[in-house]
Amino acid sequence: MDIKKNKKLFFNIGLLVFFVWLLIISYSSSKRKPENVGELLNDFSWLQKWPKWLDLPLMKWINVGFKKLNETYGFIFEAINNFLLAMLMALKNFLILAPWPAVVLGVTVIAYFASGRKIRTTVFVGFCTFFIGFLHPIFWQKAIETTAIMLISIFLCLIFGMPVGILMSRAERIRNKILPVLDLMQTIPAFVYLIPGIMLFGLGAVPAIIATFIYAVPPLVRLTDLGIRLVDKEVIEAADAFGASKKQKLWGVQMPLALPNIMQGINQCTMMALSMVVIASMIGTRGLGDEVLLGLQQLNVGRAAEAGIAIVLLAIVLDRITQSYGETLQERRAPEKKKGK
Amino acid sequence: MSKIEIKNVYKIFGNNPQSVMPMVRDGANKEEVLEQTGHTVGLDNVSLNIEEGETFVCMGLSGSGKSTLIRHLNRLIDPTDGEIFVEGTNVMSFNKEQLIDFRRHKMSMVFQRFGLFPHKTVLQNVGYGLEMQGKPEDERDRTAMEKIEAVGLTGFENQFPNQLSGGMQQRVGLARALATDSDIMLMDEAFSALDPLIRSDMQKQLLDLQSELKKTIVFITHDLDESLRLGDHIGILNAGKLVQVGTPVDIIMNPADDYVKAFVKDVNRAKVIKAKIVMKKTEEANDIDKSNLIKVNEDQFIEEFLPQIVCSNSNCEVVDKSGNVKGYISNKELQTSLTKS
Repeated sequence: MDIKKNKKLFFNIGLLVFFVWLLIISYSSSKRKPENVGELLNDFSWLQKWPKWLDLPLMKWINVGFKKLNETYGFIFEAINNFLLAMLMALKNFLILAPWPAVVLGVTVIAYFASGRKIRTTVFVGFCTFFIGFLHPIFWQKAIETTAIMLISIFLCLIFGMPVGILMSRAERIRNKILPVLDLMQTIPAFVYLIPGIMLFGLGAVPAIIATFIYAVPPLVRLTDLGIRLVDKEVIEAADAFGASKKQKLWGVQMPLALPNIMQGINQCTMMALSMVVIASMIGTRGLGDEVLLGLQQLNVGRAAEAGIAIVLLAIVLDRITQSYGETLQERRAPEKKKGK
Repeated sequence: MSKIEIKNVYKIFGNNPQSVMPMVRDGANKEEVLEQTGHTVGLDNVSLNIEEGETFVCMGLSGSGKSTLIRHLNRLIDPTDGEIFVEGTNVMSFNKEQLIDFRRHKMSMVFQRFGLFPHKTVLQNVGYGLEMQGKPEDERDRTAMEKIEAVGLTGFENQFPNQLSGGMQQRVGLARALATDSDIMLMDEAFSALDPLIRSDMQKQLLDLQSELKKTIVFITHDLDESLRLGDHIGILNAGKLVQVGTPVDIIMNPADDYVKAFVKDVNRAKVIKAKIVMKKTEEANDIDKSNLIKVNEDQFIEEFLPQIVCSNSNCEVVDKSGNVKGYISNKELQTSLTKS
């Protein structure tokens, strides 16, 4: 008990020292400070208005830090950039080069199987897909560009988000550390991480992918964690009692039972990714977003509205596919509910 | 050597259980410990032996630690202090792999709310223990089908658990536990969630199965009638302490303290007490009127011959299987045995 209390005390003293150090650093690095400290004691006018020298030079630090980061580790970012770009181009070119009826058909077939062979959903999704191009021929290619960026981002979300979610569900300590990071990722305005993205990766699609990833991954992580923790405790105990190893428990029991929640997370992730891709048009990412932006710049209501509708249609298509897949899973798990409907 | 030996097991829940141990050892009771340290005493110096092939019923009200106790046997919960021997091996000495192996082969468990895997069919559920043992699929299915038949669920093997009623679900749980062919079966309030008729059905089924299989069963319940019906020995827990261990008749005839007395107060004694328990031995029975006698077997319950005696106003002559007279019962003995407490 004593050690614990002392630890806390030391930690608080440390924080205080850090704060004082910050004050001194910002004062000494400020260009607008008075010539000597004594002046502050004679003239108290600095208490009236926030003094110019009481300014944490965080901006300078971050800028310098980024420059250094770029200079020393630039090659890493370039490698990431090239890799993501290659993946994106391959996907985009494949979808663009394919004849459009084939793509519409492909999406429809995916919807058919994802929805558990529900005809209504399938037909609905097929029509929505068709209408994207039908609204304006140029939208077809733009929608494909947007989708390609989204799919790559969602892929990144899956390979990073799910393991983090699993890790969080296992240890309270890890969860308590990751939760504030997720909060931060969701509350910082989306524009803010577009800028470091540009600095590290230049203009174009890759910073958009990175920003989309950061913006869209939290719900997936949260719902993976929640889904696993919500699995009935007695079912977990049963798996333990029959001698399931950790791995067998995770893949044989926890993940399958958490899957409806995880699918909900992927659905949320998709929707957030779409909204981010539209915002990313501000940094020159091509896609449906730049049509909206053009409409805005030209005060062309029709153009902006058309592009807006196309985005909604794309959202509906993606939402229906991911959502209905989750529902199909849930029905398989609880077949009696299906009877009741 | 007993099949299961529990020696001086303590379990304390809280932040730092070891720090509370000295206090608990010195005989502080549950309330005092909770008030002074915020720790909850789950088990307080519990020692008991369970013999091979018997059904040991552990009884107590909720919060008495009975579910905690049963989870110590397969180490779903680790004791704060004490030793647990199964077939002479100290369970506490197992490492991870040994523990998993032990759970796979030595013990199986049935849960209060069934603990079935909702995403697996009845057949897959029953075969789960075998799957963990690494048995090939065809063998798994064959054994599982046998057990499904044994519990009377043939025809339901491809249903999912939540398509079945509560009673049927618990049969699946029972079949799953039987399928691994382990010597020891742990049943944690296995029938408590079922309605009375089905519960009595399941009790009968368990008794029938047990008369064939002769497994060592540890059964947890809060229902005295159930424990009297199923148990060869009964252990009564109160606030983490083992208050009394004995045969059903022991418990009823000689309750150890007020807690047990309160428990057995409402029991229908005629249903539980056998003729040989209440009879007066032949050599001491000189004062009993032997003019008007009814013959009863020494293993008959009082309930079975009571109406006869009342109607004919006669006394009983108790005989063993081969017809030797062992003793006599008059109204006086009946009166004391049925009203005692």
